[in-house]
Amino acid sequence: MNWWQRLWRRKQMEEELEKELRFHLDEHVNELIAQGNAPDLAQRKARIALGGQEQVKEECRDARGTRWLEDLFQDFLYSLRTLRQRPGFAAVAILTLALGSGATTVMFTVINGVLLKPLAYPQADRLVTLHGKAEKYGEQWGFSYPEFHDYQSTSRTLDSVAAWTYGGGTVTNPGEPEYLFGRQISSGMFSVLGVPPVIGRAFLPQEDQPGAAPVAVISYGLWQRRFGGSAEAVGQQLVLNGKSYTIVGIAPAGFRLDGEADIYTPLGQSSEPRMRDRGAFFIHVLGRLQSNVTLPEAQTELSVIARRLALQYPKDNQGRDMVAHPLSQEVVGDVRPILWLLLGAVSLILLIACVNVASLLLARAVSRERELAMRMALGASRGRLVRQCLTESSVLGISGGALGVVLAFVGVHPFVSLWPGSLPRAEDVQLDWRVLFFALGVSLLCSLLFGLAPALRAPARKLEGALRSGGRSLGSTRRLHSVFVVAEVALAVVLLVSAGILGRTLLGLLSLDPGFNTRNVLVAHVALSPVVLENPAKARAAWEDVLDRARRFPGVQSVALADVVPMAVGEDSLGYWATPVPPPPDQTPLALTSIVTPDYLNVMGISLRHGRFLNEQDRTGHEMVVVIDNNLAQHAFGGSDPVGKPLWLQGMASNPARIVGVVGHVRHWGLAGDDQSRVRDQIYVAFYQLADPLVPFLSSVMSITVRTNLNPLNVAEPLRRELRGPGADQTLYDIHTMDDLASASLDRQRFLLWLFGTFAGLALLLACIGIYGVLTYLTNQRVPEIGLRMALGASTRNVIRLVLGQSFGMLVVGISVGIFGALAAGRLLQHLVEGMRPVDFSTFAIMIPILLAAALFASFIPARRASRVDPMSALRQE
Amino acid sequence: MTTPKSDLPQGTLDLLILKVVALGPVHGYAIAQRLDQVSRGVVQVPEGSLYPALHRLENRDLLAADWKESETGREAKFYRLTGKGRKQLEMEAASWQRLIDAIALILGMANGGAR
Repeated sequence: MNWWQRLWRRKQMEEELEKELRFHLDEHVNELIAQGNAPDLAQRKARIALGGQEQVKEECRDARGTRWLEDLFQDFLYSLRTLRQRPGFAAVAILTLALGSGATTVMFTVINGVLLKPLAYPQADRLVTLHGKAEKYGEQWGFSYPEFHDYQSTSRTLDSVAAWTYGGGTVTNPGEPEYLFGRQISSGMFSVLGVPPVIGRAFLPQEDQPGAAPVAVISYGLWQRRFGGSAEAVGQQLVLNGKSYTIVGIAPAGFRLDGEADIYTPLGQSSEPRMRDRGAFFIHVLGRLQSNVTLPEAQTELSVIARRLALQYPKDNQGRDMVAHPLSQEVVGDVRPILWLLLGAVSLILLIACVNVASLLLARAVSRERELAMRMALGASRGRLVRQCLTESSVLGISGGALGVVLAFVGVHPFVSLWPGSLPRAEDVQLDWRVLFFALGVSLLCSLLFGLAPALRAPARKLEGALRSGGRSLGSTRRLHSVFVVAEVALAVVLLVSAGILGRTLLGLLSLDPGFNTRNVLVAHVALSPVVLENPAKARAAWEDVLDRARRFPGVQSVALADVVPMAVGEDSLGYWATPVPPPPDQTPLALTSIVTPDYLNVMGISLRHGRFLNEQDRTGHEMVVVIDNNLAQHAFGGSDPVGKPLWLQGMASNPARIVGVVGHVRHWGLAGDDQSRVRDQIYVAFYQLADPLVPFLSSVMSITVRTNLNPLNVAEPLRRELRGPGADQTLYDIHTMDDLASASLDRQRFLLWLFGTFAGLALLLACIGIYGVLTYLTNQRVPEIGLRMALGASTRNVIRLVLGQSFGMLVVGISVGIFGALAAGRLLQHLVEGMRPVDFSTFAIMIPILLAAALFASFIPARRASRVDPMSALRQE
Repeated sequence: MTTPKSDLPQGTLDLLILKVVALGPVHGYAIAQRLDQVSRGVVQVPEGSLYPALHRLENRDLLAADWKESETGREAKFYRLTGKGRKQLEMEAASWQRLIDAIALILGMANGGAR
């Protein structure tokens, strides 16, 4: 019989054991009788010789090797029975745990999907992204296109590299005109990532050259949308920006390079001037490591190449290094620390839940001391009883955990959809075996955590005393229970204070002046008709037309164009200097350069501090002028008046521009992010002063900004129709109100506040339940003592004070411990959240009284109950 | 019986049981009797630990058991040696023999028999 059979045929085994031992005894008795013993004496002798029959049986059962499982099963049934006897206790414990482990499981599910699972590319851990790095501004840059080629031809550590930049434009045929988001990619992109097009092919190297026949790969989504998923799509023509592209392939579903795009075109075909400019770092580079190369080795080689390029092209490459990062890191971006922070926060909740259940179980273990003592007296070993207690807590823990998994299953997708902006890799967030494993592990760990203290009490030291004491405990659990309360309070303080500083931070940020008026402003990207885009004069005329039509539109107050819009819509940083001699390239200060039309000041409501803003006379052919913000004025000119002074702009013109005015600083990088951003100076340049070669590129990134008299969203749709242009091929896309953008820049802070507020509320609730439970238990234990005190003349008030004093002592210790935890948590938050305020006294001054009040309220109920003890009946219990 | 009884050295009960069972299928009571007779009462086999030992050996597949009619006409559980059990018996017997030889040698040396 194997192990399994022995387990299942337990009844048969028992019968056989009984039969075998009976045979032995009978044989022995018969023999003893034959030797002349009286039958009853023979019985006695035989029994003595065999030893205690039950013990022999027990040892035989132990020998089967299935004993632990049988015990486990028995303990399991027993704990189900005991839990069913006290459904209230079981429900509270399981729900508490389900809440804690559910929240933890949700967070882990997200972390598993976003951070732990490999990206959906073959051997995704070999994929890296490459960045340029300047000493002064850190890793801010991509590569220039010539640099990408240098690197492609010299690298030995990378199997292959590929480059991409943003692209896209208006598609006019087949179907309705529509703006398509696009990427220009080098021919190796699909093979570097290891995901070939689902139909057709990727670009050939010879197609990745200037002058090659225009070809395109379209996204799976566009294929479904425009071609109904037909295989015929490959080979068809698509008119993008007035140029006819042959579709050669369909990208796999979900393919993305910094978000999803509709159309991919060969990067090398681009004829833009910046493709030849070594100072234009706009290329994103991906690579795949050779199978025997580590990331640090590739990094070393990159730095060597960077130094060589710096010697060769000092003008653009001096002080420039290059760095490699795993692709997964770039895809995930800055959510990694936030996710771990949240997992940490929910773990605190789970910990409080565990402590709560531990104190409940401990109170129960004390009241069961007599039962356990009885079991020991009947021969149970200490280990056996500890195992039984742990089985009970595991039943609770695993039930809670299972319910938690159900909660997580229901809750994870709503949670992901609430994530501010969009959570990277949200499509990878799913419950899988790793999550289930995690949930099981957490449940077991928790069971151990809250089961251990009661379990270790199991072997009552003074069996006799325990049996005699009639159910009342001898050993005091007051200290252990106090530790539980202290722990709960401390954890609750950490969460409350964290929520408090988040709240203060958000209030502070909301009251910040963004530097412009966000009310009633509509912002949208405009894709000009492809017909005019390549011709600077026609493009300027088209823009004039757009502005004219929009200005005349009912409800519109003023209209302007801008290439970057506050709240980090777009980015265009230029180096500047205020002395004729330029500083070395890696020392050049940077300013956010907004290329705008004159009405921009009115549309945005930016304050003019000094001089004038750009006006209609600032056109090509006139003197180049700029307007600066007060930050730049302060940084470059100190106290002196900058108006009328020259300012040199990198890459704009060899002659300096004249500063004509100073305006207030605009919080371009978001209400929270602006203070921490590297580029804080701002320059405004007139769109009409741009040199011809710059016009086509800028025209492809311009936005229209509109100040309205009424709700700007009501204007959006009619305006979109009005601006379709003469060829009906001009499109507005990415339409937002400035209020929405400003509010969205605080989404993360708001989201975290909301979460931490919920966590803190939960923690407070759980802690109060815990304090209530512990005090109720402890005062029940003290009923005779209280009765005695009252008999000796203590008043109701004295008794209440006695109980509250006990609670207050625990609270003070818990709060003191919690303050240290809160300081650490505050430091962590400050590190992880933009614009976060440090923990300050006033936060404590608000949060701690809240906690204290709630906790004392929870203690008051048992205190009052204690004060109503009838001295006579209490004393009689003794 | 005047000879003082010795407790079995640790781990030898299994060996003795295997040896007894090697002589042919036998039930528990007979094993107890035979051990007692063969050791001439010198070695005390606690009957209480005989059955757990038998069950342990059975679980380790060193012994197999069948229910058969005994000499007194009642059904009894007869143990027999498996192939694995036979090997184990040979191994343990040999290792015991080596130990005994070594101990005898050392004891002999103490008497001045060897240098």
